[in-house]
Amino acid sequence: MAQAPKSDRFALNGKLPRPERTVEVLVIGAGPAGTAAAIQAARLGAQVLLVDEHPVSAALMGLDTPLYFGGRMTSAVQRQARMVEQLVASNPDLERALELGVEVALGTYTWGAYVNGPGAGTLPQPVVGLADEDRAWLVGFDKLILATGARDLALSFPGWDQPGVMGANGLAALLDRYDAFAGRRIVVLGSGDLGLETALRALDRGLEVAAVIEVRDRVQGHADQVEALRARGVEILTGQVIHAAHGGLDGVARIEVGPVAGATRSIDCDTVCLAVGLSPAVELLNVLGGALAMDSGRGGHVPVTADGGATSLPNIFVAGDCAGLCGAGVLGRARAIAQGNAAARAALGQAATPMAKPPRHDALEDHLAWMRALMSVSSDAAIVCQCEEVTLGDLLGVQPPSYLDRPERLAARDIHSLNADGPINQDQIKRLTRACMGACQARRCREQVALILTLATQAPTGSIPLAGFRAPVRPLPLRVLADWDESAAMGEGWDVWFGIPSQWMPYRDIGTEREAAHLALLAGQTPP
Amino acid sequence: MSSSSGKGASVVIVGGGVTGLSAGWQLARAGCDVLVLDKGIVGWEASGRNGGGASHYHSPLYAEEQRLWPQMDELLGYPTEYRRERVIVALTEAHLAEYHQMAAKFNALGYAADHLDPQQAIAMAPLVSEACLGGIHVKFGGHANPQRTVQAYAWALQDHGGRILQQAAVTGFATAGGRVIGVKTVRGDFGCDVLVVAAGPQSGHLLAQLDVDLPLAAARAEMIVTEPAPLMAIGGVDGNGLYGRQTLRGNLVYGGGPHEWVEVGDAGPHVRPTTPLIRNLARRVAELMPKVADLRVIRSWAGVVENTPDGRPVIDRLASPDNVVVATMSGVGFGLSPASGRAVADLVREGRCTFADIDKLGIGRFAGLSPDWRSERGWTAVSATL
Repeated sequence: MAQAPKSDRFALNGKLPRPERTVEVLVIGAGPAGTAAAIQAARLGAQVLLVDEHPVSAALMGLDTPLYFGGRMTSAVQRQARMVEQLVASNPDLERALELGVEVALGTYTWGAYVNGPGAGTLPQPVVGLADEDRAWLVGFDKLILATGARDLALSFPGWDQPGVMGANGLAALLDRYDAFAGRRIVVLGSGDLGLETALRALDRGLEVAAVIEVRDRVQGHADQVEALRARGVEILTGQVIHAAHGGLDGVARIEVGPVAGATRSIDCDTVCLAVGLSPAVELLNVLGGALAMDSGRGGHVPVTADGGATSLPNIFVAGDCAGLCGAGVLGRARAIAQGNAAARAALGQAATPMAKPPRHDALEDHLAWMRALMSVSSDAAIVCQCEEVTLGDLLGVQPPSYLDRPERLAARDIHSLNADGPINQDQIKRLTRACMGACQARRCREQVALILTLATQAPTGSIPLAGFRAPVRPLPLRVLADWDESAAMGEGWDVWFGIPSQWMPYRDIGTEREAAHLALLAGQTPP
Repeated sequence: MSSSSGKGASVVIVGGGVTGLSAGWQLARAGCDVLVLDKGIVGWEASGRNGGGASHYHSPLYAEEQRLWPQMDELLGYPTEYRRERVIVALTEAHLAEYHQMAAKFNALGYAADHLDPQQAIAMAPLVSEACLGGIHVKFGGHANPQRTVQAYAWALQDHGGRILQQAAVTGFATAGGRVIGVKTVRGDFGCDVLVVAAGPQSGHLLAQLDVDLPLAAARAEMIVTEPAPLMAIGGVDGNGLYGRQTLRGNLVYGGGPHEWVEVGDAGPHVRPTTPLIRNLARRVAELMPKVADLRVIRSWAGVVENTPDGRPVIDRLASPDNVVVATMSGVGFGLSPASGRAVADLVREGRCTFADIDKLGIGRFAGLSPDWRSERGWTAVSATL
């Protein structure tokens, strides 16, 4: 007869809690793809919970989370109830979802997601971690559809670290979802579809568009949109780049624009909108351990998917921009909706629906063209990582933060010496320079640091490994993340370290009669 | 060796963690021709994913560790962020009694530790709870930044003429006449006079290829990191079931609590980014330091740490093959690394540790260990089914 296995009182086995509840289909993100997925799943008879973090707290918006809001919000964002009303009004499909019985949780952050897999086997079941302003909790799921959209690509230039510099998705959210944009006169960086759509949207909302700036020699987006902008008097400057943003207490007041090597001129504006590109928001799939691949044609690091947005993990699907960028405007929205429908059908075992793939667009070439030009007009003193105040010079020099001494020998170390020792890894750069280690969780610098490393080491495009995401993928206060209702088993089986009393036996007492007294003292309690 | 041979070295060290790099640095500064091989990037696993504590009073290497740490920035030539001393704060009477017992033990060993009343504890660690019952001031030990320290070892080793080859996973060994004469890797083969195995959780797998049984079990430990808080006078503040430190940047970095035993294959551990255990850590940090309970947690991480059956290191030169030195620190490797590196270097060059008695850390103590020792302790992995 087999002996019953012993258990380790201090192991995690059996201690992680079951979720508060389990839903059949959990959809994260109530944009076009997520809302469509929720509606489709409800129509197929499933019990559906649709979660969206908007409206996010004003404090998180100030940290440029989840989008790059650039400090250009009106005080309206402080009023949660008004924001919820505005959000529902701006997305009529939410009403349809509610009518179909979808449970909609707005203002709810998704900070983590966990499944058992290689190296982790103690979860009672797959769960997603949710939170609001007061508490965090776990929800289980049978099927999970991630429709988390895309993040803004932030690029640094002198003066970018002040209010008024923001991203295209941040601006779109402030204009449409929140109706709380505080700017009047904007300059758009980037003339691809994203930049042109952004400029047109701004005009439609009564803003002034002082200029659209394109680093390359010709406009990148569609001719009809170029015509529409020109007809409305918008100047499109090609072969030019922003050299600096100047301003005061209220942030940006004017910018300097010109060719990389050439005279600049001033343009008055209160907002610079970075519309060079977007990055698929893959943080939850990365935290889950799902497979990602670099695919510049789909926007960067994207999930590895099969039909219907199936990921490498069972029962987990992706749809919309987070699965690979769908493109700007009405067409992009239609593709996202189709993907949401397909993911819901696939999740619920329906036949896969063939879908037109979004047109591929070499995103990294756009990003690199801009970054190369911006580095040319920048200086070593320019900040790249705002939270940790890491300059371009310190990043390239692989220098420690300014609160540490910089001994002489460090001068011989830089990005090139590190590269000579092995391929550059952004997580190693984080450890040494602290770039991407700040409170915004690298939302403002993750992609641009990879671009800078690519350019500085002449690494093949897209070869720098993704700087890993870690839970919580939203910055959450200790008191909110905390499990205040933890099980008795967790407390009783808690040890500072491994709970191996003999580990802490003073060496001189090993093998002596004094061992027993130490073990009695240490049993169940070990020092740090 | 085969035609794909790289330039070998007198000493080849397998494993670019703190222990292997510290040994390599000590050997290189003594003029030894040394090559460190790592399957990935230096310090990528538990050496760069730990609490940074340097307070392992129980170890025979501790006196040397304490002598070296204050000099390490100067000796290495690169910053380690080493800070002295620790405070352990009690929120319960039971913890206070436990910490007082610890202080008595420290003092008996010759390491000074004072009792603190609540006001004294708060003066040293202003973020801790006003409701604390006091604690102890550990006037030795300290903490450092693991990631910066591991890179400092690596760079200092190179400055002394040693070499590091990254992305060079070991695939086997070449032996002749009862000795290891070379190491085979995915980046070529490297001849050696002496081999050091300091490969953390993988050390057992590697040594098995030399018919050496090193019993190890690996487990995952998790930590959380907050955004920066105002700097405390002493950054090493423990209590409430937690170990951790405040970094010089101000971040609170804390771990503790249950571990998960895992299986480590030939390719090394799967370092999974944590579990919902981070909520239990967040709770304990919020209880220990309620004044900063609104500080945001901005990341978490996990390290996979190996343990021997008694939880104590193995630092030994093998009887056979007799040119192999083994070093596993069994869960407390970072803080001891200045001294463990010197011990390993001694075993390589002299065949014995010249500055401390480490005889009780030999691999021979596990002769006759039950083959079921892991299951007998409950140190087995839960089968991971998707």
